[in-house]
Formats: sequence, structure tokens, C-alpha cells
Amino acid sequence: MTETPTTVEFTPERLTIAQEMIARYPQGRQKSALLPLLHLAQEQWGWLSPEVMDYVGRMLDIQAIEVYEVATFYTMFHLDPVGKHVIEYCRTGPCCLMGGEEVYDYLKQKLGIQAGQTTPDQQFTLKEVECLAACGMGPVFQIREKYYMHLTRERVDEIIEELSR
Amino acid sequence: MGKKILLEHIDVPGIETYDVYRKQGGYTAVEKALKTMSPDGVVEEVKKAGMRGRGGAGFPMGMKWSFLAKPEGIPRYLVCNADESEPGTFKDHYLMKNIPHLLIEGMIISSYALGANKSFIYVRGELMYVIRILEKAIAEAKAAGFLGKNILGSGYDLELVVHPGGGAYICGEETALLESLEGKRGNPRNKPPFPAVKGLYQCPTVVNNVESIATAGWIVNNGGDAYAAIGIGRSSGTKLISASGHIKKPGVYEIELGVPVEEFIYSDEWCGGIRDGHHLKALVAGGSSVPILPANLITKLANGEPRLMTYESLSDGGFQTGTMLGSGGFIVFDETACVVRNTWNFSRFYHHESCGQCSPCREGTGWMEKVLHRIEYGHGSMHDIDLLVDVSKKIEGNTICPLGDAAAWPVASAIRHFRDEFEWHITNPSEATKPGAVFKGDMALV
Repeated sequence: MTETPTTVEFTPERLTIAQEMIARYPQGRQKSALLPLLHLAQEQWGWLSPEVMDYVGRMLDIQAIEVYEVATFYTMFHLDPVGKHVIEYCRTGPCCLMGGEEVYDYLKQKLGIQAGQTTPDQQFTLKEVECLAACGMGPVFQIREKYYMHLTRERVDEIIEELSR
Repeated sequence: MGKKILLEHIDVPGIETYDVYRKQGGYTAVEKALKTMSPDGVVEEVKKAGMRGRGGAGFPMGMKWSFLAKPEGIPRYLVCNADESEPGTFKDHYLMKNIPHLLIEGMIISSYALGANKSFIYVRGELMYVIRILEKAIAEAKAAGFLGKNILGSGYDLELVVHPGGGAYICGEETALLESLEGKRGNPRNKPPFPAVKGLYQCPTVVNNVESIATAGWIVNNGGDAYAAIGIGRSSGTKLISASGHIKKPGVYEIELGVPVEEFIYSDEWCGGIRDGHHLKALVAGGSSVPILPANLITKLANGEPRLMTYESLSDGGFQTGTMLGSGGFIVFDETACVVRNTWNFSRFYHHESCGQCSPCREGTGWMEKVLHRIEYGHGSMHDIDLLVDVSKKIEGNTICPLGDAAAWPVASAIRHFRDEFEWHITNPSEATKPGAVFKGDMALV
């Protein structure tokens, strides 16, 4: 369950990481740290609210609009609240050749939701993504940093059961 | 067995760690380059190797390096393109995950050759777990004295930064990648100026693919001539091929350029043949953007000679009867695959990934997707086929970056070689829209 943040501030550990990320880029080029910081923010809050984006903008000393235009361009960032597990399902050709569409239909039916929706218990959000660079191991989906490969109906049952515990 | 340059030690347990990699001869190329060679000497060897960029465009890496502007007092940058996103391509993912130090070693050598003191590896954001593997490898290399200040007492300093993308295919285009690395939207830049003159932060920059950079160590250790001796003619060296689709053994294979396509598909050393009981129908040889080939043009050229896995042989006959090696994303289709559906799928991909900057691509990709969708779902007309060809021609060559071409080629080639399959969808909509229905026609199968 992701909550709307009340106090927008990185945890002390993430603040250290954020400062270290900013320092990687040449002086005056701190804006380069925008994508890394947005990933870090999404890791903490689950999604990027306007307040979170404003906070990241202040850290980098850039305008809020510079953050919004980037966050809306890149598909990995969630601009609305999401469930505990975001399933990012590959819908591109090579995965489809391996039965990706059938498995995807089964997953939608199992969760009772369509792409872009979250289950009523806030456990799963389903998102369609394009090629995840794992075409030889398709069908594939990703949850956070983990790749789930060679998907079948049975494998989907196992994964959902495991994550629902 | 072909020559292995990159994957020679792939099966050694623990090869992802510094200690094991070092025991297998790792980082000896850094020692050789920094202690015995000048930066220009390294560039010379890479030029002699004749290795062509492995990201897809195939531009010789040594030549790209020699274009780098070197004005006094301005920093130069090397950026590794690890934004691997071309459908059908997963070799860089495989390489970085399994042998991260091969890339780190190549980055050190390449940065030294170019005179860069801060270099970047731009990895697609979805591969966050690979980013963590690379960061660990960098920390290990630094602890061993191969990164940081005054490396091996040579006076050369280098810092490596791993940078995550955000899920945008367009950032594999080098100028979009640089924009993205500067913290902006990934809109490709107009060229000129080329990155070699004004790249990252408006400073001279070289952008190279993971596989290209990872090869630098072998070239330094063995010499450019030894590399050029592998392969055939202007297709020198080895190439990582990502094999997927309806084959017995999908995976990443390193081949010596020049292997016959037929052997690559059917030999047990590589793809192992088409899955049981099925036949080869079509091939996308170099990632989703290259022209699709029908069965009768895959293993043989138009003149009947065997087609080889080289840049030249795959493109033999131009787009009429040939295709491209591209990124080496080798997608095999058997007779159960529907070319119309796959073309619609790829079209949707390019529409989704168009950055929206140039109108022919922004509007054209969406238009093609829509038309292909209606053909696939039984609402097409014969006029739609010519319309698709027309739209694809108007995108091709009319955009700032190659995404427009990449979107146009799969559509134009599918119609060129599988027109009867499109027509069947239009004239037999009730049959064609049945689940799993595929055109049987008189198509040639191998």
C-alpha cells in the first residue's frame, strides 16, 4: 500500500545516497542526477506525487517544471499511487511469439484488472511495458528489480500466490 | 567451435567477481595499455581491428574515436550506451550481468585512449539489478587500483559513473542518450554538431555500445591485426547474437562473423533448429527495426549462394532481398506466427517509443499502428496496404533520428514479402480473426 506522503523528505540513508549521486556529476551539472533521484524517490514513496517532484527539484536547484517534463517522458515513473507490487508486463513481439499474450490474458483474468488498474486490496498494479531485453527468456514481466521469466499460467499462479502471502 | 573473445570465460564459476576475473587474465589489458602504450597507440590498434560498432549502426569504432575533437582545457567524455531496448536484443544485458568486469576493463582502456577522466555507463532503468552488479564491480576494480587517481602509477585518473535511464527506447539513440544523461527528456539532437565535437555538456564525447567497449581489452592484449584476422573482410571479429523466437535453444551466442545463417539456425552449437514439428517461416535478423525476410531469402541470397552472418551478406540485395545485421537481435518465426499481427505489434512499439519531436514519426507511427490494427482485426481494406507503404515512405528519411526509419522498415518489408498474407486478412476477415488463425497460403517454408 502506498500512501500519499505527508512529510516529503528522504530517509537519512537515502539522503546520503542522494547527495552521493549528485556529487557524481561535474560541478554545475547537478541536473544530471534527476533520473537517479527520481528512481530513489519512487523507491521510497512508491510513486511520484507533485510534492515529491517539487522536493527533488529543490534538491537539484532546478524548476519544478523541469522535473515534471522529465517524469512524464520516461515510462518507468508512476505518476499516480500504485499497489504494493507493480507488475510490468512485456507486450512486445518476441515475448508474444512465446505465448505472452495468452499468459497476459490469464494474468488479467486472475487479478480481475486491466492494464493501468490496481486490485481493490491494493496489492497489485498492472502495467504494460515494451521490450525488457530478455527476449530469449520470454514471456517476461518485472516487479521492482526482479525479472520473472519463462512465464506460463502455472508460473503466474505460483508468483501471485507467493507475493500475496 | 568458433573463436570466443567475450564469452570465453562465461562458464567459469564466480566470473562476475574481481578475483575470478583477474585469475582468468582480467585487467592485464589495462596494465599493458597504461604501462606500455600511448593513448594514440590504443586508438591505432582499435582502428586496425576494424571492429564495427555493435549497437546496430555498424560504424567502425576506431574511426569514431579518431573523430574526437581535442581542444585544450576542455574535458572529453566517453559514454557507454547500455540502454539496450531494441526488441529481440538482450546481449548487453547478458554480458553485463554475467561478466561485468569485461565492460569495466574495456571502459578503462577506452577512456584512456580518448583522454577521458570521467566516463559514464548509461544503463536502461529497468536493469536496476544490473546497475548494482556494475557498481559492485567498479568498487572492486577501484579497490584493486584500476580506477581512481594515478592508476597503476601511470598518472592517469579515471572515475566511472553508472547512470540509470527511465524506460525510453529513444535514449538508445546517442544524442537522445546525452540529453537524458543531462537530466532532460530524451529528444534527439540535430546533427551536426556531432557528439565528437559537442556531446555531453557540449564537450567532445564518444558514445559506444557495451559489446564494442567490452572488446577493447582483447584488442589491446592481442593486437588489432589479430582481431581483423577473425571474421570475413569488413565484418571482422566476433558478434554476440541474441536468438529468440521459435527455436529450440534461445539465448546469447558469440559467433565468428561469417558463419552461414543456415548453420546458425540449425546447428546444435547455436539455435538448434526450429522447435519440433515446425518450419521456418520468417526471420528478423538484427532487431525489430530491420526488414523481415521470408523463408526463401533467409539461408540463401537471391543468386542462390549461402547467406552468411556478416554485415555485407545479410544486407546483400538491399531491401529488395536483403536485411541488416543491426544489433544482432535474431528473431525466428515458424509457420504459427502471423506476420500481420507481429507487424502491428512492432508498429505499436515504435508509436509508443516515438519521442514526438518530428511530425512524420509522431503522427506516422500512430497512423501505421491504427491501420495495422484494423487489418489484423478484420476491418481493413485493400487500399490500406498501399496506404501503409505510402506512410512508411513518408516517415523514412524525414526525421531527426533513425527511429523513423526503424518504424518504417518493418512495415514496408512485411508488405513487400508477405503481401498475400495482408490481403488474406482483408478478404477473409471472419476466418483471419479467429483465435490462432494464421495464413496458410502458398508461402514458402523451409
